[in-house]
Amino acid sequence: MKLGKLLHQSKVLFLAATSLVLLAGCGRSQYVVLDPAGPVAQKQYDLIILSVILLAVFIIPVLIFFAYVVFRYRDKPGNRAMFKPEWDDNKTLEVIWWSIPILVIGILSFFTVRDTFALSEPPSKEGKPMTIQVTSLDWKWLFLYPEQGIATVNYVKIPTNTAVNFELTTDAPINSFWVPQLGGQKYTLPGKVLNLWLQADKEGSYYGTANNFSGEGFTEMKFQVIAEPKQRFDKWIEQIKETSPELTLKDYAVLRKPGLVEKQQYSSFPPNLFNDILDKNGGQYYKSIQTKEQTSIRQN
Amino acid sequence: MFENIKKFASEFFVTGNSLIYAADVSIVLTSLVIVFVLTYYKKWGWLWREWLTTVDHKKIGIMYLISALLMLFRGGVDALLMRTQLAFPNMELLNSEHYNQIFTTHGTIMILFMAMPLMFALFNLVVPLQIGARDVAYPFLNAVSFWLFFFGAMLFNLSFVIGGSPDAGWLSYPPLSENNFSPGPGQNFYIWGIQISGIGSLATGINFFVTILKMRAPGMSLMKMPLFSWSVLSSCIIILFAFPILTVTLGLLFVDRFFGAHFFTLDGGGNPMYYINLIWMWGHPEVYLVVLPAFGVFSEVVSTFTKKRIFGYKSMVFALVSISILSFFTWVHHFFTMAGTTADAFFAVTTMAVAIPTGVKVFNWLFTMFRGRIQMKTPMLWTIAFIPTFLVGGATGVMLAVAPADFQYHNNYFLIAHFHQVLIGGVVFGFFAGIYYWWPKVFGFTLNEHLGKWAFWLWNIGFYTTFMPQYALGFMGMPRRSYTYGWDMGWWPLNFVSTVGAFLMGAGFIFQVWQILYSIKHRDNLRDLTGDPWDGRTLEWSIPSPAPVYNFAVIPRVEVRDDWWYKKQKGVHKKIGAKARNYKSIHMPKDSGIPFIMGLFWFVAGFGFTFEWVWVGVSGLIGVAVSMLARYFQQHTDYYISAEQVEATEALIGGAKG
Ligand code: HEM
Ligand SMILES: [Cu+2]
Ligand SMILES: [Cu+2]
Repeated sequence: MKLGKLLHQSKVLFLAATSLVLLAGCGRSQYVVLDPAGPVAQKQYDLIILSVILLAVFIIPVLIFFAYVVFRYRDKPGNRAMFKPEWDDNKTLEVIWWSIPILVIGILSFFTVRDTFALSEPPSKEGKPMTIQVTSLDWKWLFLYPEQGIATVNYVKIPTNTAVNFELTTDAPINSFWVPQLGGQKYTLPGKVLNLWLQADKEGSYYGTANNFSGEGFTEMKFQVIAEPKQRFDKWIEQIKETSPELTLKDYAVLRKPGLVEKQQYSSFPPNLFNDILDKNGGQYYKSIQTKEQTSIRQN
Repeated sequence: MFENIKKFASEFFVTGNSLIYAADVSIVLTSLVIVFVLTYYKKWGWLWREWLTTVDHKKIGIMYLISALLMLFRGGVDALLMRTQLAFPNMELLNSEHYNQIFTTHGTIMILFMAMPLMFALFNLVVPLQIGARDVAYPFLNAVSFWLFFFGAMLFNLSFVIGGSPDAGWLSYPPLSENNFSPGPGQNFYIWGIQISGIGSLATGINFFVTILKMRAPGMSLMKMPLFSWSVLSSCIIILFAFPILTVTLGLLFVDRFFGAHFFTLDGGGNPMYYINLIWMWGHPEVYLVVLPAFGVFSEVVSTFTKKRIFGYKSMVFALVSISILSFFTWVHHFFTMAGTTADAFFAVTTMAVAIPTGVKVFNWLFTMFRGRIQMKTPMLWTIAFIPTFLVGGATGVMLAVAPADFQYHNNYFLIAHFHQVLIGGVVFGFFAGIYYWWPKVFGFTLNEHLGKWAFWLWNIGFYTTFMPQYALGFMGMPRRSYTYGWDMGWWPLNFVSTVGAFLMGAGFIFQVWQILYSIKHRDNLRDLTGDPWDGRTLEWSIPSPAPVYNFAVIPRVEVRDDWWYKKQKGVHKKIGAKARNYKSIHMPKDSGIPFIMGLFWFVAGFGFTFEWVWVGVSGLIGVAVSMLARYFQQHTDYYISAEQVEATEALIGGAKG
């Protein structure tokens, strides 16, 4: 527990330092990556802090030593510092400075590997996870809710404290789906599903963005993730079902055309839409184990 | 008829933007001025005899240097345009389409047409002199490499005014770079410009690999070889394995686009991920192969300007070679966010492993300075600036290598800040240090130090002002390649600061141009008559500046590392000249116009395929084949410089330290 406390204290210190140096007046909330709102982003945030501390412990002494050397050994008349032009080898020193980076990298590798595997699992074991299917289009985001049967464009609502399995693909060039406050991104690839677990612990509206260049409208491809308590979320679903139009194949064909659109919502969508999108982009070449696993998660 | 011509012209020439019209005008004007000057002073023959047909590595090096500096200017203007567009929210200097073209050309030009030729300039200007050779192993091939690079770069730059620039990013991922998302010549310019110059780069890699292994002066075993040459050798090893991958990848993309194949589109059973893997199997080694020679420069400079032997020579060599090998096992870190869990874990660890030898090198440089005497000349200043910059850049590299954390940095401004920090702080600073260091050897006069210091400080302050805020912008979620942003994001103060920094670097560049022009004008006061202005340690400083065509009147015999330094210490270097008075005749390669003509044919071929004018493309390729045949049947490709001539030249330039 002692280490945990130390880590926490240095975290606070680091934050204080960054807020002084970097923020210079703006609120911390603008630093979305440093303001996690769910367990995935939190884990990544912890890793960021850990790596910064480890590296700082390595770099700062070296920088100080560097400044000292440059100052102490400059070629000035009357500089009485030691001058040993033939000194070019020292086994002990060499061993020391091969081991220091190896040690730093070793520690960091351990945590990296551990968390890489941890993050491929659902963030919380309790509660039923939910699936949302995401398709990046030119230049907008389409969200399908296979369990609820509704669809939205350029914004997505999720219940708080629920692990959400975002299944990602694209019906346009490759893109990347990123909601910094909930966790790091994943690519959207044609014909293939990649999945990304995210979860929001706090209610709120989170900034989401396209993060892999995809042509002319790429910059405008922003979306919102709105996290609400389960009850309000369910109500919203009902409301969409009652008041919004259906998403037909014809609508989809229009949506797919390059261009920008406002936020949209639909009370239903063609049941096979997501698989059709995958197949159309060559999905038949990917009957991989991974996708089978995902369908089985969904059916449970 | 007239209507047809008008229609063709409006598609062929890029129209509709005042910036581009201005560029058109300036290109036409500059060309006219060049033609006029050459004609007026009757210099066409001189240009052809002395430069276009030369196979002398020193002249080829100078041509690489000039081209690279011009490309640095072009890439720099691109950068300033982008930074101006981003200085304020909702700026309308560039629209999305223009911005996309500019970041694509900026990246491609800076890596392939600026960093690479600047590196090849140093290879050519230094390596043969440093290892005591009369030329490279294959002088004719060396000229071919240069002209392939040159015409590849010209083809790529042409896209700005004719046909339209590529706009799918410097690595052009499919499907975005395929026909259905990027129709038209822009993307073809990218393929052919890089393809042609890439073949040249591969040939240079082979050339210097063989040169270093086979042409060292007698007595210079590999472990007595200067570290710059070692770094070039390591870099060439990477080139040998990486560039064929690039050639194949671009070739397949061309087949996709031109013949409608499906290597990189899923709908016919291909896969864009093949491309992404292939391009990074080249791309990651590529960024390391440009930084290794910079490491080599720093090693030479540190040792010379602290008057001390390099610390831990063996460690340094081991680090160089291990980096060149490790660099082939990290490529997946460029797409952690698409690979699987196990791959991420594996490549995260290999990537971090690269930081180990890199960190060791930093310690060795530090301990070379420790207990030395540091002379603050411009080459050393750039080296001193490099160390902290690269330490931080390496550290952010390690942060990026932490795969789960990279999910939060990938493709945002944090990444942009990282690679500019290592590319500018490492590669550009390193090559600048090298140019300042070897300039007197190449041109026979030193550069004005005062202006050089101005340039140095502007570049450095500008660098930190530009890129430190970008790390923070990454944490604020700003994606790379955004052409604009709104007031609501809170991004503008840092963006504004970043833009100011970019202009400071631009001012630094202007000071460098001024420094060069000023020093040319006052070269008589800056002459290097000794051939050894920095009191150097390695062989290149033992001959006059600039070196005569044959480099060494008498090939030196090497006994120890830093051979020249110890000869000076023992005072035996004066006797070399005295003993060497019985010169022998020297065997030299003859100049040839074929490399230039072959480059021109490649250009025609590339241009033809870019516009899908097959007959033009094919005739270009036929021209290339004919040039090769012409070379094959050429006799008398060499000649001798007689002993008397050598003696006369040496007497004139005061060589061999009589
Ligand atoms: C200590 C050594 C280094 C490490 C651990 C490292 C690590 C990384 C990682 C993990 C990425 C990918 C990040 C991402 O896409 O999210 C990256 C990107 C990059 N690095 Fe480094 N790096 C190091 C040194 C260098 C050096 C020496 C250079 C060049 C001289 C360099 C140039 C680049 C470039 C150009 C990119 C981005 C390419 C792009 O996406 O367009 N890095 N680096
Ligand atoms: Cu740049
Ligand atoms: Cu890399």
